[in-house]
Amino acid sequence: MTQVKMTVNGKAASGEVEGRTLLVHFLRDDLELTGTHVGCDTSQCGACVVHVNGNAVKACTMFAVEADGAEVETIEGQAAEDGTLNTIQQAFQDHHGLQCGFCTPGMVMSAAALLKDNPKPSEAEVRHYLDGNICRCTGYHNIVKAIMAASGQDVSALAAE
Amino acid sequence: MYDFEIERPGSVADAVKALGQEEAQALSGGQTLIPTLKARLAMPSVLVSLAGIDEMKGVEMRDGALWIGGGTTHATVMREAADAYPGLASLAARIGDPAVRNRGTIGGSLANNDPSACYPAAVLASGATVQTDRREIAADDYFDGMFATALEEGEIVTGVRFPIPQAAHYEKFIQPASRFPLVAAFVARFEGGVRVAITGASNDGVFRWSEAEAALNDRFAAGALDGLTLDGGDMISDLHGSGAYRAHLCGVMTRRAVQAIG
Repeated sequence: MTQVKMTVNGKAASGEVEGRTLLVHFLRDDLELTGTHVGCDTSQCGACVVHVNGNAVKACTMFAVEADGAEVETIEGQAAEDGTLNTIQQAFQDHHGLQCGFCTPGMVMSAAALLKDNPKPSEAEVRHYLDGNICRCTGYHNIVKAIMAASGQDVSALAAE
Repeated sequence: MYDFEIERPGSVADAVKALGQEEAQALSGGQTLIPTLKARLAMPSVLVSLAGIDEMKGVEMRDGALWIGGGTTHATVMREAADAYPGLASLAARIGDPAVRNRGTIGGSLANNDPSACYPAAVLASGATVQTDRREIAADDYFDGMFATALEEGEIVTGVRFPIPQAAHYEKFIQPASRFPLVAAFVARFEGGVRVAITGASNDGVFRWSEAEAALNDRFAAGALDGLTLDGGDMISDLHGSGAYRAHLCGVMTRRAVQAIG
């Protein structure tokens, strides 16, 4: 077992992990932050996307030991302390960017990473950036719309497809 | 996964020492290795993480060539190679998806030498040099068939040196589920001649299409490739496409790459 220490959503976190413990399992099982989901466990679906040192990564394809000393941000850290949703989360709600909600944590974290690098993405750029996030409910249209809206762009012209 | 220990050396020398242990395996970005471990297709007792080795990271011009550290992620290459070698940066920008690009490394891709990986095509078409902890290996001598390279047991890819072509383009026919190319062509035009490398097609992994190179050296135009064909019998044949289909795609991808260069 190895001792790991990291900062998760601004708070110090630590635990004992095996070499094979994935970051997503440390977050979910040890820290009980179950907002980060395991969809496919094969790095395809993106439901487990979190930020490690500011970069979006798939928490199912990184060992907890590798995040030792890192700053980790998960979906739980996105809303304000009083539960007020952040801009991206609110846009997902306003534009019906989810149905079952399983992929949503990863979608929101990917969207946050995109908007940090590219504050006014085009629709094509949003779709390209979401290559690694799979949603089986919405057909993506409202997710793309929500992200465009969260970036402050007018989405009234984005017709339903 | 079977259980293992993870060691995190801070220098190439310490990593080489750690890899000398019984059943030790290098871990770079893990974007191929971790899924492999989950499927219990490998059973190392020790993983030696290369992620903490700063001397293996970076993108910089050195003596007229572009040096990229073996531990450099695709996302970093995408950003930092854009001015010096845009064709290479564009390839890096199309590997996997954003989260995979933030972890996966050029050294890991080259050490694994997946027959459908993107980077081997750029390394071979550029005539790059693979640097390891113990020697330098020319690209033409490095790739040795499907998942096989000239690397010895425990040898680490510490960097790659890319000569910079006058123009280059990577044309990728993507397999949308895996995001690997079904077939892709990297065409690099140097003052001394054209190099064409194909990935995703051959059972022997990445290869140079020498007939196409000769034709393009005579006349650099897509039409120069008319009539050139590859044998589908030597190509990967699976549920995504037959060998004949892949052989056909080699020509289409190469022509499109040449057209893109202009």
